[in-house]
Amino acid sequence: MARQFLSGNEAFAYGVRLARPQVISAYPITPQTIVVEKLSEFVEDGSLKSEFIHVESEHSALSCAMGASSVGARAFTATSSQGLLYMAECLPYAAGGRFPIVMMNANRSTALPWNIYGDQRDSLSQLDSGWIQAYAENAQEALDLALMSFYIAEHKQVSTPFMANLDGFVLTHTYEVVDVPTAEQADEFLPTFETENKMSLTKPKNLGFSAGPDTNTFFKYKEHTGLLNVKKAVTEAESRFESIFGRHYSGLTENYRTDDADYILITLGSISGLVREIVDKLREQGEKAGLLRIRYMRPFPNEEIAKAVKNAKAVGVLEKDISFGNEGTVYTNVNSALQKASISIPTSDYIGGLGGRNISPGEIENIFEELKQEKSAVKFLGIEVR
Amino acid sequence: MKPYLREKIPSGFDEIPDTTSYEAGYLVTKNAGWRNVRPVIDTEKCVGCLNCYLYCPDGVISRKDGKVQIDYDFCKGCGICKRICCVGAIRMEAEK
Amino acid sequence: MALTAKTLDETEYFYGHKACAGCGGSLAVRIALKVLGENAIAVLPAGCMSAVGFNFPQLCFGNNAIISTFAGTASMLTGVQAGLKAQGITDFHAVGFAGDGGTADIGLQALSGAIDRNDDILYICYDNEAYMNTGIQKSSLTPFGAKTTTTPAGKNIHGNLRQKKNMFEIAAAHDIPYAATASVGYLNDFIRKVEKAKSIKGTKYIHILAPCPTGWGVKTDETVEIAKEVVDCGLWYLAEYENGSFTLNHEPKEFSDVSEYLRKQSRFRHLTDEDIEIIKQSRDKKWEYIHKNFK
Repeated sequence: MARQFLSGNEAFAYGVRLARPQVISAYPITPQTIVVEKLSEFVEDGSLKSEFIHVESEHSALSCAMGASSVGARAFTATSSQGLLYMAECLPYAAGGRFPIVMMNANRSTALPWNIYGDQRDSLSQLDSGWIQAYAENAQEALDLALMSFYIAEHKQVSTPFMANLDGFVLTHTYEVVDVPTAEQADEFLPTFETENKMSLTKPKNLGFSAGPDTNTFFKYKEHTGLLNVKKAVTEAESRFESIFGRHYSGLTENYRTDDADYILITLGSISGLVREIVDKLREQGEKAGLLRIRYMRPFPNEEIAKAVKNAKAVGVLEKDISFGNEGTVYTNVNSALQKASISIPTSDYIGGLGGRNISPGEIENIFEELKQEKSAVKFLGIEVR
Repeated sequence: MKPYLREKIPSGFDEIPDTTSYEAGYLVTKNAGWRNVRPVIDTEKCVGCLNCYLYCPDGVISRKDGKVQIDYDFCKGCGICKRICCVGAIRMEAEK
Repeated sequence: MALTAKTLDETEYFYGHKACAGCGGSLAVRIALKVLGENAIAVLPAGCMSAVGFNFPQLCFGNNAIISTFAGTASMLTGVQAGLKAQGITDFHAVGFAGDGGTADIGLQALSGAIDRNDDILYICYDNEAYMNTGIQKSSLTPFGAKTTTTPAGKNIHGNLRQKKNMFEIAAAHDIPYAATASVGYLNDFIRKVEKAKSIKGTKYIHILAPCPTGWGVKTDETVEIAKEVVDCGLWYLAEYENGSFTLNHEPKEFSDVSEYLRKQSRFRHLTDEDIEIIKQSRDKKWEYIHKNFK
């Protein structure tokens, strides 16, 4: 294993190279572009043997990836924000078609107004599409996720496309020391892609057909089951990963000092790093604070969340999105998990970071302070409601 | 291969495939019921030019012993074959 | 030796479909697949041919086939051939069958991208001159004067007011390796062109006029004749583009009567003599261009 100083984007690209995708469809969009640029360098220098397709739009990027997957090839693409929304038609198409494509999404705000900086509105607006959705906290996790995502997506009981999210700029463009596994280790971890869900000359099939009222629900239920099976595929993947690479991951969520916590802040992505520091600081001051980091938004970790927060006095959700006219989407999902488990503690929604707005340590400390009031509320960081 | 009629019609939950992919050329229904008229070939008059075979949109006319025959399971009775035949070997008869 | 009805693959690959009786589009797809053979891998977008051929569990393609998104025929084709190439599989023909709407309107971007990349695919547009699958709405390939449900013909406006977009020349303008026009009224010509495209590496585009009896307002048995007549009266031409130049394949010694062709179809029956004169003049202007620029 070599240690390299890489940005989140670069780390992800290194991970993709290790996964040996056979077809890559590439279209640029800030802040993802570096991923496809790096991959094109790898193709040029011969270290990555892939058909690198310069598609002419994001819709074509995913459509091309689906075409490749439909003949049994491992396919990868990357996008962000406007691009994700432009290919939005293809998201449920790929999911319903059960094509285990991996797509890196650089979380970025969606227009209008135009904004290239990171928030999570793009991917969170597509939670219903049928894709697995995971959120990386740092560059190491990004690289590891790049490799694991193919394993999980291609798992026989999953066969579902995988969206790996990295916070735009904050994670995609910042640098860390990252362990880069060797190709041998990667090949040991990730088997070649095998599937029956493909067109082949020896076994012709008709794919992508229509299913009427009589049978449609059955197909959708099977798709839903595939997504629910991700939980066990993640467990399998992470245990296999740990045995080969020595790094441990904790499944759909990560609990940090939640066991005896009174006040737990739930969040996703790179902001978790800062929250972890604040939790430590508060703990030193005698406060029982905890962090619950959601790693997978789909499938949604209902049980893991309920288990982690059931003894807390209050829970906050810190997210970088808003479902206009209601509340933050992560908050909605979390509340549902608590409701299903009959946990009735106050929960608050903190919407911050929109359009790349900075979230300060002070603001996070304030959140924990407000949680002590044990009242439910939906708040925007930085906006005082008059 | 040519798509053909199968006995089993997958319908229940366990018979539906897990993905939107299935065996190629799997047919479960005929198109015969669409017809009001059916083409009938006079094999004596037929010279085996194969124009009817070529121009049938449904491909139901096939070659047989130098002449042609019609698969009435899938003929829709459009009448193109009758029009294209230059020796008048095809007539359209009312469907009973 | 050119393929004929006698030497054509006898297998039917597109069978049991639910297209209207007399459907020109289904004839085009059927014949193309017989030329390309069992290793054809077909991509069809939303449209008539996919709607009639893929209703689970009635699956009407004996060869490999998949439905793409409406805009994504060419991009999915790109992916199909790239995916097979990456696996070292070479003995196949990636072919797309899209309608005029799926090609010239919503699918144009992806088609242009594929031609630009010179992906090894054959793209066939079956042109029935409107969005027929959704019930006859105007597309950019709907000819001048045609009545559609979104260009109704009334006292004020006589149907569609725009001219047919020239997709064949648009494809050629990319300097595509091979492009051609065809008609289901001249199947031997179409067969020759598909056979030729089959042997060429790179992107190939064939535009086949495929009348729709339902949408054009003719009887189900008139499809092939009207597809001949549109060529014979000069409103459609049979040509090829290859190696930087255009070749005309067929020039009628004398054009048959345009107004006879038009008045046979209920979508044109409202046209006045002035309208028909406009159509004749634009035809003549086009043929002047052809005489100047095509071999």
